[in-house]
Parts: sequence; C-alpha cells; structure tokens
Amino acid sequence: MFIDFFLMLKNHDIPVTLREYLDLLEALDKDLPEYNIDNFYYLSRTVLVKNEQHLDKFDMLFGAYFKGIEQIKTSDIVDIPDEWLRKNGERLFSKEELEKIKKHGDLEDLLDRIKDLLKEQKERHQGGNKWIGTGGTSPFGAYGYNPEGIRIGQNESRHRRAVKVWDKREFKDLSQDVELETRNMKMALRKLRLLSREGRAEEIDLDKTIKRTSKNAGMLEVEMVPVKKNVVKVLLLFDIGGSMDDHIELCSQLFSAARHEFKHLEFFYFHNCLYENLWKNNVRRWNEKTPTEEVLHTFNEDYRVIFVGDASMSPYEIFSRMGSVEHYNEESGKVWLERFKAQFPYFVWLNPVPQNEWKYTESIGMIKKIMSDRMFPLTIQGIEDSVGALKKKANTSKEV
Amino acid sequence: MQFKGTDNYIASNDLSIAVNAAISLEKPLLIKGEPGTGKTLLAHEISKALDKRLITWHIKSTTTAQQGLYEYDAVSRLRDSQLGNDKVDDISNYINKGKLWDAFESEEQVVLLIDEIDKADIEFPNDLLLELDKMEFFCYETGQNIVAKHRPIIIITSNNEKELPDAFLRRCFFHYITFPDRETLKEIVDVHYEGLDQRLVQRAMNIFYAIREQRNIKKKPSTSELIDWIKLLLVGKITEEELNEVENGASPTPYLGALLKNEHDSKIVR
Repeated sequence: MFIDFFLMLKNHDIPVTLREYLDLLEALDKDLPEYNIDNFYYLSRTVLVKNEQHLDKFDMLFGAYFKGIEQIKTSDIVDIPDEWLRKNGERLFSKEELEKIKKHGDLEDLLDRIKDLLKEQKERHQGGNKWIGTGGTSPFGAYGYNPEGIRIGQNESRHRRAVKVWDKREFKDLSQDVELETRNMKMALRKLRLLSREGRAEEIDLDKTIKRTSKNAGMLEVEMVPVKKNVVKVLLLFDIGGSMDDHIELCSQLFSAARHEFKHLEFFYFHNCLYENLWKNNVRRWNEKTPTEEVLHTFNEDYRVIFVGDASMSPYEIFSRMGSVEHYNEESGKVWLERFKAQFPYFVWLNPVPQNEWKYTESIGMIKKIMSDRMFPLTIQGIEDSVGALKKKANTSKEV
Repeated sequence: MQFKGTDNYIASNDLSIAVNAAISLEKPLLIKGEPGTGKTLLAHEISKALDKRLITWHIKSTTTAQQGLYEYDAVSRLRDSQLGNDKVDDISNYINKGKLWDAFESEEQVVLLIDEIDKADIEFPNDLLLELDKMEFFCYETGQNIVAKHRPIIIITSNNEKELPDAFLRRCFFHYITFPDRETLKEIVDVHYEGLDQRLVQRAMNIFYAIREQRNIKKKPSTSELIDWIKLLLVGKITEEELNEVENGASPTPYLGALLKNEHDSKIVR
C-alpha cells in the first residue's frame, strides 16, 4: 500500500523511515480521516513530513504521484475486484441503501449494483471516479479509502476547490531556511566548550560541603557553586565575494550554527586575504570599515579565531604589497595573517573547497603553510578536527 | 473523540486531522508555525474541547529533561537528617514529581503541553525519546517504574530556534500552522468579537493584509496581533470612515504599535 509513494518520497530525499510508513498505514487502518483526497493529503503530510523545509517538496511529489491516477482508463473501473467491493460496500452505501440491499439479500446483487452505480456516477460528473481507476490496485482501494468521486448517496460534488491544496505550494518559502540544516554543525561546534563557573551559585559543591560539615562537627553546612557554562569566545572571519560565492550557502550554515552555539561571538568579513580593514556589513563595506589593527587590539588572546575562506587567489595577494585586487595595500596579506597569529594563538582556517582539490590551487597551500597547517575542510569532520585544534595553542614560534 | 476546534478557536481542516491522528495513534504532535498563529493556544483548546485536564510544561533554556520526570531533593534530606526528622527514612518524601510524572500518573487521560521545546538545550529532546515513545520512565531513587496509566495527548510547540534531532521527530507527528487565509481569519475575528460592524472588520483586515504584504518587514503581524488591534480599534471607537482614510493613505494607522513590534518596521509602514 502506497509503497511506491513512500519510496518516491525517500528517493527524493524526504527523510521518511519505515516507522513513518507504518504510522501512516496504522492511521488509515483506524479510518482516521473522512474519506477524501484532501484529508488523505493532510493526514499523510502530518505523518510523513517532520520538517517544514520538506513540505514544499512533499506537495510537489504528492501532486506528481497522484496525478497519474487521473489518467486511468474508465473502462478499467468496472473491473474492480470483488474483494475490494466487498470490503467497501458498507461505506459506499447510505443507511437507506443498506436497508434496501438487505432486502435484496444477495451479495452478487450488491456487487452488481455497485458497479451500476459506479457507471452512473461516471456519466454524471467527469473525473469523479479517478481514485478507483487503477482496476482495484489503487492504494486507496485496498484500504477502503472511499474516493470522493464515487461517494454514493450524496448529492453535491465534494470537489469544492479548483486548486488542489498541495498544488498551492504554500510552503515554498520555508524550504530555503538555512537554519534548519545546521544541527550537525552545532553538534560539532559544541565540542568547542570551555566550561567554567559563572553567575549565580546553584549547584552543590560536594567537596566543600563535606569539608565544611566535618569542620562544623557534623552539622550540615551546604556550600554552593555556580553552574558551569560555556565561556569560549569566538572570532569568525569570513571571506566574502568572488570565488566564495559558490560556497555561500555552506558558510551561512556555519554562521547560523555558530551564532547560536557561542555566547561570545564576533564576526567580520574580508575579501580573499586579510588586509588593513575588515567590515561587518557587506553591503556597506566601503563605508563601515573596521581597521584590522583595532580588531587586534580589541579582542584578547582568549578568542578563538576561525577564518573561513577558500584561500583561492593569486599568490600576489598574499605575498606582495599592493597585491590586493581591490585596493592599494601597504603591507602584504601575509604580514596581516602573521599579526593575527601572533595575537591569537588559537586559530584555524576552514576551507569550503573539498580537501582533495586543495592541491590544484597554489594559494591554498601557501595559506595552509602560513596557518601552520591548521587548515581544515568545511565539513562536519573538518569542523570537529578544527575544534580539536582550537583547543591547543599553535606553535607560533615556528617560522614559515 | 474528535477535535474540531472550539467556540473561540477555529481549527482548520488540516490542523484537526493532524490533532485527531495524533490522538488516535497516541503520538506526540509537534506544532510549528509563525509566532502568533495559536500554537500554544491549541493545547488549551484541545483540553477544553475534549474536557481533559491540561498540564503545561514551559521549557526554558535551563530546563532539563530530568526536571520533567522528577527531581531528588538531596539537600533537604540531608538537612532533615540533621534535625532528626522521621521523614528522612523514606526517600520518596524527597522526590519532587515533574510534569511528565503528573501526566503519566493521572487517573484519566490528560493533555500535556510541552511549550517551546526549542528553547532548551540541544540535547533536551534526545533525553526524552524513551519517555515519549514508551510513555514510561524509571525512578532510580525509589526503584519505581512509572508507566502512563493513560497515554496523555502530548502537544509540543517549537519556534525553530534550534532544530530537533531526527530520532525525536520520528516519534512525533508534525504540523506546520500556516497563516490563515482571509476567510479563516474572518472567522477567527468573529469568534473573538461578536456582532462587529462587518464593514469595519473588512477595512481593518484590508489594512492588516496590506501591512503583512509589505516587503522588508522583519516581524509580520499575525493573528494575535490582529485580534489585539481590533480590540484597540473598538476601545478607541475608531469608525469605519476613519479606517477608510487610513486605507487611502490620508491618515496614519491608529494603534500601529499593536501590529508592529519593531521600530524598523513601523518606519517602513508609516
């Protein structure tokens, strides 16, 4: 039942598992919704989709899958297996009709009558029987899902909507939400925790309590300490523009993950390589610059510095004065990078370029060298590794 | 037992299907949606409609899963032992039951609201997996296994501040409350204020939708803001003609503060 639909969802990367599938079958088994396709859509949506980002895709797939059924030949309809009709006879008929049938008494009659009714229905309004068209193999059929088109004993058509709900694509906007994909990154960043005690004392300090109590001749004296909190401070430096445009999605995921994970988080943008200015708002980058000197003075060496960039540029941009593609720089990028290293012993460079491609770009190797090999790919594994590196001071005395 | 909304809560068809599916399959229902679309209210209304007791568990950043089960107050026990209190021999005197325990223990089925689950620590949902799945947990201090007498109807709301782990999601049903269409919104206004001047409501809703459709707005006004705003319009005895002028851009929107909660947004609209 619906196994094709289920597999279709799965193949299109909607994370459905056997559990959701069984839940859906169970819900149908319990005859939950009133039988019509809209309700079935709502039910399957609530059971199968667990995240609004997938709702739009689900709507499209649902539309695509159930559209096919509309094209089934009407001649197939009268060939519905008796089995199906037997199960569903009760639902198809109104009470009065059931009474009548009881008078007829014969099951064969009953089946014939259903077939007649189905034919009639077909003639009366077009497309009304699309849901049982698959010659009895329709997913609804076997579950007693009475499709609206063949609802017998009901005068008005239940097709009230011109547009199917799932065709409206109401959830389109939600599927672009970046925040939703960042859980893994957050979990990885979580490892970068420096716990220390801060704030109100609300945890019992066992050692001290025991000591104080014994000093107090056995009378209990409770000693409290503040709870441990993550106090790690992070300075994020993002490369933006140019070749980084390809990686913007990944970077914004990292950013939104980091923003929620660290209480002390500062971020700045740069272009290609560090020079004398950084900026916070990329739109106004020419007007609202922050001198790099100031950043170096403002933040103390406790800050963990994470550079995020593809490090793909011409070697001049790193090694030469006036090498920047954007402005006249007095000092080379390397000088600035070295200053950062001197000020912040904890640093890493995250590179969104896949690691196996690093060797094809000369400047990646150069930056990696300047960064004392603390360059990691921007993957979950890479973040985890870099978190490990951020806990250790870099050997800054090592000459490049 | 079917939930169809109440006198003052309009539940759309898809929402009631989701609620009823969750009730009959005994699964927690995770509700997300724009702020102000009635996520939290839903649990209250379910409890009213089905006439069941409501237990609410508001989640804060410091809430742990254990608090929902029970807390062992070792400190008072230590203190009492010093004072020679007889209570001290029975450990169960120092077990403070949490909301889940309450819900599980209840003699009749209850509605349990776990409000704003995304506010808690990122591990929080993982710590509740078994409890929500099997509806039971073990109390180590007393050696009791607490099993739900009647599986509660669990409604969980989230504002998406943090994502929820897949394992947790698999155990829930999910519904995303969309912003109501005009027709539904009209019904919602009607259940809140009976016998309003229909022309006034129409005008107010025109303005409301116009504001919602403005680009660049950071926080779009939602249902609850509209309800509040209409109330202010009534209190301030704003007439339909006055709103007409607002619509034509002749005068500023009265009580704009009720609709927009952000300085930046008010500037745009004005």
